[in-house]
Amino acid sequence: MTLGFYPGCSLKGSSREYSESVLAVSKAFDINLEEIKDWNCCGATAAHNMNKELSLALPARILSLAEKQGLTEIVVPCAACYSRLTVTKHELSKDATLKAAVTEANGLEYTGSVSVLNIVQFLDKYITPNLENRVVKPFDHKVACYYGCLLVRPHEILKFDREEDPQSLDVLMLKAGATPIDWAFKTECCGAGLSVSRTSSVGRLSGKIIGDAKDRGAVAVIVACPMCHSNLDMRRDAINSYLGEKIDIPVLYITQAIGLALGLDRKALGLQRHFVKVTV
Amino acid sequence: MSSDTHHSGIAGLGGEVLEHTEVKVSHCYQCGKCSAGCPLSEEMDYPPSVIMRMLQTGNPVLEDKVLRSFSIWVCLTCEMCFARCPMSIDIPKMMDFLREKSINEKKANPKAKEIVAFHKSFLDSIKFTGRLYEIGLFVDYKTRTLKILEDLALAPKMMKRGKLNIIPELIKDRSGIAAIFRKSNKKNKN
Amino acid sequence: MSKIGVFVCHCGENISATVDCAKVAETAGNYDGVAFSVDYKYMCSDPGQNLIKSAIKEKGLTGVVVASCSPRMHEPTFRKACAEAGLNPFMCEMANLREHCSWVHEKGEATTEKAIDLVRILVEKVKYNHSLNEIKVPVTKTALVIGGGIAGIQASLDIANTGHKVILIEKDPSIGGHMSQLSETFPTLDCSQCILTPRMVEVAQHPNITLYTYAELESLEGFIGNFKAKIRRKSKSIDEKLCTGCGQCTTKCPVKKIPSEFNEGLGKRTAIYVPFPQAVPNKPVIDRINCTYYIKGKCKVCEIVCPTKAIRFDQEDQIMEVEVGAIVIATGFTVKQPDFFPEYGYGKYPDVITGLQFERLASASGPTLGEIRRPSDDKVPEKIVFLACAGSRDPAKGIPYCSKICCMYIAKHAMLYQHKVHGGKSYVFYMDIRAGGKQYEEFVRRAIEDDGVNYVRGRVSRIYEKNGKLIVNGVDTLLNAMPVEIEADMVVLATAGIANEGAEELAQKLHISYDPYKFFAEAHPKLKPVETNTAGIFLAGACQAPRDIPESVAMASGAAVKVAGLFSQDELTREPIIAVVNRQAPPVYSSCVGCFLCVSACPYQAIEKEEIKNRNGELIKLIAKVNPGLCQGCGTCVAFCRTKSIDIQGYTHEQMYTEVMALLNEY
Repeated sequence: MTLGFYPGCSLKGSSREYSESVLAVSKAFDINLEEIKDWNCCGATAAHNMNKELSLALPARILSLAEKQGLTEIVVPCAACYSRLTVTKHELSKDATLKAAVTEANGLEYTGSVSVLNIVQFLDKYITPNLENRVVKPFDHKVACYYGCLLVRPHEILKFDREEDPQSLDVLMLKAGATPIDWAFKTECCGAGLSVSRTSSVGRLSGKIIGDAKDRGAVAVIVACPMCHSNLDMRRDAINSYLGEKIDIPVLYITQAIGLALGLDRKALGLQRHFVKVTV
Repeated sequence: MSSDTHHSGIAGLGGEVLEHTEVKVSHCYQCGKCSAGCPLSEEMDYPPSVIMRMLQTGNPVLEDKVLRSFSIWVCLTCEMCFARCPMSIDIPKMMDFLREKSINEKKANPKAKEIVAFHKSFLDSIKFTGRLYEIGLFVDYKTRTLKILEDLALAPKMMKRGKLNIIPELIKDRSGIAAIFRKSNKKNKN
Repeated sequence: MSKIGVFVCHCGENISATVDCAKVAETAGNYDGVAFSVDYKYMCSDPGQNLIKSAIKEKGLTGVVVASCSPRMHEPTFRKACAEAGLNPFMCEMANLREHCSWVHEKGEATTEKAIDLVRILVEKVKYNHSLNEIKVPVTKTALVIGGGIAGIQASLDIANTGHKVILIEKDPSIGGHMSQLSETFPTLDCSQCILTPRMVEVAQHPNITLYTYAELESLEGFIGNFKAKIRRKSKSIDEKLCTGCGQCTTKCPVKKIPSEFNEGLGKRTAIYVPFPQAVPNKPVIDRINCTYYIKGKCKVCEIVCPTKAIRFDQEDQIMEVEVGAIVIATGFTVKQPDFFPEYGYGKYPDVITGLQFERLASASGPTLGEIRRPSDDKVPEKIVFLACAGSRDPAKGIPYCSKICCMYIAKHAMLYQHKVHGGKSYVFYMDIRAGGKQYEEFVRRAIEDDGVNYVRGRVSRIYEKNGKLIVNGVDTLLNAMPVEIEADMVVLATAGIANEGAEELAQKLHISYDPYKFFAEAHPKLKPVETNTAGIFLAGACQAPRDIPESVAMASGAAVKVAGLFSQDELTREPIIAVVNRQAPPVYSSCVGCFLCVSACPYQAIEKEEIKNRNGELIKLIAKVNPGLCQGCGTCVAFCRTKSIDIQGYTHEQMYTEVMALLNEY
C-alpha cells in the first residue's frame, strides 16, 4: 500500500529520527510512504505570526502538489505541519476570495481534496489493527504521553481527540505494552517556537512538563511533535537548570516506542540521535 | 485609512480586528480564563484578557500600547485560551493579526527583538531555499541579534548526532516560492 | 342594510402624530353602509366609550369598527362597550392603526392612505359578521399539581386552603424536592429542613390534598376546566396501607452500597429505602434495578422481616385517570453534572464536588452529619475553593444564561465553611456578584468582611491534582490578570441550574411551550409570569427558570390564586371563535362530503362524525361535527377541508374574501 508523505523540514534535519522511525514502522507493515515531490516548508509559526496570506499560501502549495501527484491521503508526522495544513484547508474551504488569492499566488490548482492524517490518525488507521499481535518486545514501562498544543487544538478545526486530557496516544501505547500514567501536563505548551529566541521560557514551560512526568513515576515521555521533542530533549540543560535537578527521562517519538515494541533495530529508529540517552 | 470607515461599524483597532479575524472584542466579558490558562501570561506586559480590555476601550493610546506590547510576541499561539474561552473567542487568530500589524507599522516591542528576528530569519530561509535550512537560520538569526555566543555549544552536538544538514535542501521551483513571498508581501506592506 | 359606525382613535399622539385621523374618519364616513364616523383623542377612555355607546343607540348601528390599537390591548374593552349598548359584542371589529401603521411608518400621505385601507377592510368585513354567543363550559374544581418540591407544596397548600381539592403527584418516593437537600438557607441561615418539613407534613395531612408519590403524568387531554389526566403510579412494591414505616426492611436489606440520590452520591442507601428520615410519606419503596430479588430471583429478606406482610414483589404500575380543572406545573430543575468540565477534573478527582453535594456535606442530616469532610479521605479541608459560573454564562458549554442562585449559595457555602472549620481558608472565584434581593448584598458582604472569605475576580482555567492537593489555576483580573495558584484540599463547582431531564416530553404532553433551554415558557414575561400559553395550566418555581426559594414560593402562591380564581366560577365562558361545519336545508343538509380528513387533521380530537337521519331513523348522510367544548379554533381543519365546508366563526371564508377584495378596491 502507498500513502502520501509530507515530512516537513524538521524531519529532514534536527528531527530526522522521527522520519526514520515513521518510515521504519511503516516498512514493517508494508506501507510505502511516497514523499510529495518538491515540497516546501509549511511556514510554521513564523509565517502565521508575520503574514496571514503567506501562512496559507505555503501549505496550500503543498496540498496542491499532493493533488497533482494523485495523492488522496497524506501522512504528516509533525504536529505543527499537521496543524498548518489542516488550518489552511479549513480557512480556504470557508472563504472563496482567500482561496482565489492563494491559488493565484501559488499558480497551482487547489481543490482541497487531499485528506491530512496526523501521526496518531495514521497509526490508528493502518498500524493499530494489527499492532498487538506484532508486538515482540512489549514496551513495558510507565510512560507519560505528551500531546502538546497543535495535535489537539483548536478542536473546532482539527476535530481530533479531545482538548482536555486526550487519550489517543495513551491508547496506542497501551497496545504497545506500556503503562500510560495519568498526569497533569499532557496538553500544556512546551515553549514551542521560543526555543531559540527565548530559551529561558522554554526551560520553565518544558521544565514543568518533565518535572510532573518524573514526579508521577514515568520513565519515558512519548511525543508526536518534533518541536516538543527538541524542547524536551535538546533543551534538557535549560530544563534541568529551571528545576534545579538533573532529570534524565528520555523523550521518544511514538513511532520510536512502537518500533521498539516491534523489535526494530534501535539505530534504524534513530535512538542514538537523542541528547538525553534512551535507556529504556 | 480612517478607522471610522470599517465595515464593522466599530471604530479603531477593535474594528480592524473584527474585519480581519471575525473576533468581536466586545464579546469578551473579562472573565480572565484566558490569562489564567496562558502559559506565558506571567512573562507578558499585558495578559490576554487585559489586551482584550484595552481594545474594548477604543482608546487610541491603549490601542497603540497593544501594538507596541511584548505580549503579542511572547504569545505562542498554543491555542489554550481559545480552547477554554467560554465565549469561544479566537484570541490566537487575533494575536496573529496584531503581530502582523505591529510589524507593518514598525511598532514591534524592543524586548521582542530576538523573537521577531527569529521569525524573519526563518522566513528568509524558506524564501531562498523553499525549505528551512537550520544552519542558515542560526547564522542569519545570530547576525540579526548579535547573540553570537548563545547556543554555540548546541550546533556541534547536533552535528555529531546527524541533526544538522551542512548543505541546504533546495527545492526545484524556487522561483515559485519567491513569487508566493512577493505576492503575499505586496498586500501587507502597504 | 348595514349601519356601521367607524371610531378613529388618536391614541394621544401615538396615531395622530403620523396619521391624519380626521381624514380617515371623513373618508370612512363616505363608504356604503357607514352610518356614523368620528375621530377622538382617547377612544378607550370613558368619554370615548360613551361615544360608541350613544352612537349605537342613537343611530341604531348594526356594526362597529374601532380604528385604534392592537385587539390584544383593547378588544375586550370595546366589545364590552358594544354589549352594554345592546349590540352583540362580536359585531365589533378593530383596525390596528397603531402597531400596524402609525408606529411603523413616517408621517405622510401614504401612511394615512394605509390607515384608510385598514379601516376599509374591516368595514367590509363587519358587514358579514354574525351575532355570536360565548360558549359556556363547566369547571371541575380539582387541581392537579405536578411536582412536590417547595413550589408544588406551596401551591397545593394554598389551593387546598381555599377549599378546593388538590391532587399532588411527585415522581420520587418522597415530597420535599431540592429544598429538603439543602443545609441552611440564604440570607437568614435558617435550617432548610426545619422550615420545610412542617409543610411536608401539612400536605400529607390536609383533607383537601390527595398525595401520590412515585407517580408521574402519563398523558393529558381536554381543556381549561375540563382536563383528563392519566397518572402512572409506579410500583413501590409495598402495600402502603399495611406498611407502618417501621424500618425493619431497610435495616435488614443486604444491598447497602447504592449511591444515595438524596445525598448526591456522597452517601449510600439500600435497595428498599426511604430517601431520608423526614420523608413524606415515610414508607419505603423497592428500587427494582438494584434489588437482588429482581436481579437474581432470590433474597426476599425484606418480606421475611416485615411484621405486617406489606411487601408486594408482584405489584405492577397502575394507570389512574383523574378529572381536573386546572394544573400547576412545579417540576423544578436539576443541576448540570459538570462532567463537561474536563479542565476542572470533575468525576476524575473525588474532591471536586458540586454545590448540591456541598449542601449535603454541610447538612446535619447529611453523610458527614454536617461536618465538612472531603470525600476522598474524610479529612477536613484546610483550604477550599468555590468556583462560580461552572457552566452558567458559558455559551461554549451550551449555557449562556446566568443560573441566578449560585452567587448567593456560594457566599452561604463559604460562610458555613468558615463557621464550621476554624482557621480554614476559603476562596471564591467569581466574575460578578449578583446579589439582587432583600438582604442579599448584605449577606455577601458579611461573608467577605466578617467571615474572611477571599473573593478573587477571575475565572479558573484548570484544576489538577498533585501530591494530594488540587492545584487551582486562576487569575485576579483586578490585578492586571495576575496569576493566582491555590493548592486546595477541596473544590466546589457552582454548576449551572438546568431544566429537568424529560422536561421537553412533559411540555409536549401538556401542550405548553418551552424556551431553548427547555425551561417552560410563561405566557408573558412581565404580566403573565405564572400562566402558560395553554389556558388552565400554570407554572410555579424553577421549572420556568432557575429560581431561589422565596421566588419559587411567591410564584406558587401566584399560580394558586390563578387556580382559585378559576374555581370561583361554576362555568367558564370561552370565545366562540371555533370551527363550524356547513349546514343547509334538505335535501343537501351540508356541503360536507364526509371524507373526514378534518378528523385526522384536528390536533384536539374535537371533530366527530354526525349521522343525519330522516324521520324514519334511516341514515341519509354522514358528516363532520365540531365539539365546541374541545375546539380551540386553530383552523387546521379549515385548511384541510376539500369542499370548504368548515368555517371558523368570526373568520369565515366569506369574511376573508371580502377583506381581500376590499383591499383590492373591488367594492
